[in-house]
Amino acid sequence: MTEHITRDEVLKVAHLARLKLMPEEVDQFTAQLSNVLEYVSRLDELDTENVEPMAHAVELSNVFREDEISPSIPIAAALLNSPKTDGRYFLVPQIFDAE
Amino acid sequence: MAEYTIVVGLEVHVQLQTASKLFCGCANRFNPEHPNTQTCPVCLGLPGSLPVMNRKAYELSVKTALALNCNIARFTKWDRKQYYYPDLPKNYQISQYDLPFSYDGWLDIAADDADAPLRRIGIIRAHLEEDAGKNIHDESGRGNDSQVDLNRTGTPLLEIVSQPDLRSASEARRYLEELRLLLTYIDVSDCNMQEGSLRCDANVNLHVHSLDGKHIPTPITEVKNMNSFRNVELAIEFEAKRQYEEYQRTQQKLGDVPKTTRGWDANRELTYPLRSKEEAADYRYLPDPDLAPVTVTDEQVAQIKTGLCEFPADRRQRFQDAYYLSPYDASVIISQGLSFADYFEAVAKIAGDGKMAANWVTQDILREIKERQLTEGTYPVPADVLGTLLSQIHANMITTKSGRDVFQILLDEQNEATVTADRVMQIIEENGLKVVNDTGQLTAAIDEVLERSGSQQAIDAFRGGKENAIGPLIGQVMKNVKGADPKQVREMIVEKLK
Repeated sequence: MTEHITRDEVLKVAHLARLKLMPEEVDQFTAQLSNVLEYVSRLDELDTENVEPMAHAVELSNVFREDEISPSIPIAAALLNSPKTDGRYFLVPQIFDAE
Repeated sequence: MAEYTIVVGLEVHVQLQTASKLFCGCANRFNPEHPNTQTCPVCLGLPGSLPVMNRKAYELSVKTALALNCNIARFTKWDRKQYYYPDLPKNYQISQYDLPFSYDGWLDIAADDADAPLRRIGIIRAHLEEDAGKNIHDESGRGNDSQVDLNRTGTPLLEIVSQPDLRSASEARRYLEELRLLLTYIDVSDCNMQEGSLRCDANVNLHVHSLDGKHIPTPITEVKNMNSFRNVELAIEFEAKRQYEEYQRTQQKLGDVPKTTRGWDANRELTYPLRSKEEAADYRYLPDPDLAPVTVTDEQVAQIKTGLCEFPADRRQRFQDAYYLSPYDASVIISQGLSFADYFEAVAKIAGDGKMAANWVTQDILREIKERQLTEGTYPVPADVLGTLLSQIHANMITTKSGRDVFQILLDEQNEATVTADRVMQIIEENGLKVVNDTGQLTAAIDEVLERSGSQQAIDAFRGGKENAIGPLIGQVMKNVKGADPKQVREMIVEKLK
């Protein structure tokens, strides 16, 4: 079986998803994701030469709402899931943007 | 020969003027005093909530793209751009990746040399996305928490990406000014930079001219955090000098190092490095399965097109053609915004003299607006009143000098109550300002002044070759016959003294 994903790629994807993986998990996910990709790659056998590319799984288009204001939720409800708040803002550890 | 050419492409983000947000019914309103009061499960990114596209936002987007001469995609879809940042509660931004709703447009701007032909700046694409929330950083240096306000999350945002066609800092500034003018004309955004409804990033590099005639591109930097057009100009100027120095030191060319991101520090007037940008592929764009694609027909595009108003560039040209304005006067009037151009046009129509109307509105009216600190859309005197006054000057019914006196009276009276066009005629009447064409009356007045003993000195001086010496005599005649035309009086005195 060809390798569909490398350990390094798994580590990169984990980093992008902000996941910390144990070394044995990296092995485990490399094997599992390889299997998934192997399975999906069977679609490559199909001849799609004359098939329109599909941009969306739903055969639906132009679903709009009118530009009308509906009530927002109370601030207390908005902040309910915040790990830290002063009652007005979500508080997060200081964000470094500069030098 | 210059040592290098500056190459700039601008990414402009514009918030659209809708009542509600892009995917939910929360109010789209700048409201920093009440953080986190304009949110709901959709814009908070809570599980189970589903976005639904705001029709008006899409229509305003198409309107803008058409004004920018873009092609409108008959099929468009939205994608998830995935990254982690505290102002992005879903951990992805709904944006457009490979099938933006519009592409391949242009915007004409004045060249650095005002007499040169217009410069056509290409627009790569305009796409519709949602805005993120706002992070407020603790600037005390004590490392306190950052505050996150999600009122802005989900505001409809248009990203307009120019080709790297701009060749100087001042050209970049003019592009932004013209773009803002256009967007306010078609009424899709208020383009208020202080409130963040127009934001701009600049991609800057140089083409260094080598001795053997080659143009060597330097690595591109993206400059952020510029909160005024003036700062965009300063930042590009700074960045050009910095890149040239760096090139001379390192000889690094485009491709040798990855693209970097720098911030503009308006206080220190310099750019500084920001965290290096994750590669585009790292955003792992994928089609948003929660949103249906949008298709549009030729007829629908044509319909939106017919609903568009006259654009600033077209109006600038029309003012030159219809009112015989110089390109400069037309530009000054148009750059003041839609309301001011409307005001000018109303004045010019009644005055019957576009050039005179242009002089008055760009000098007297602009000066009074500034001095009185009038808000946009309010004027020191109504357009029909000024138009009527100028029509009297144009028809030689009163002199320009009398016109100025009437204008001053109108200004004073306008402070008390709104003046009307009828009042112009009354003031002319009350002050006896009507031009006196009756030469008999003028001849009598001139004779009377010339016979005064005090006039002899001026008469002798004039006959001795000093043409200006009769100035005081003209003044005395004018005092007696208020509506007299000073030019005519001069001619008659000269005739008499010959």
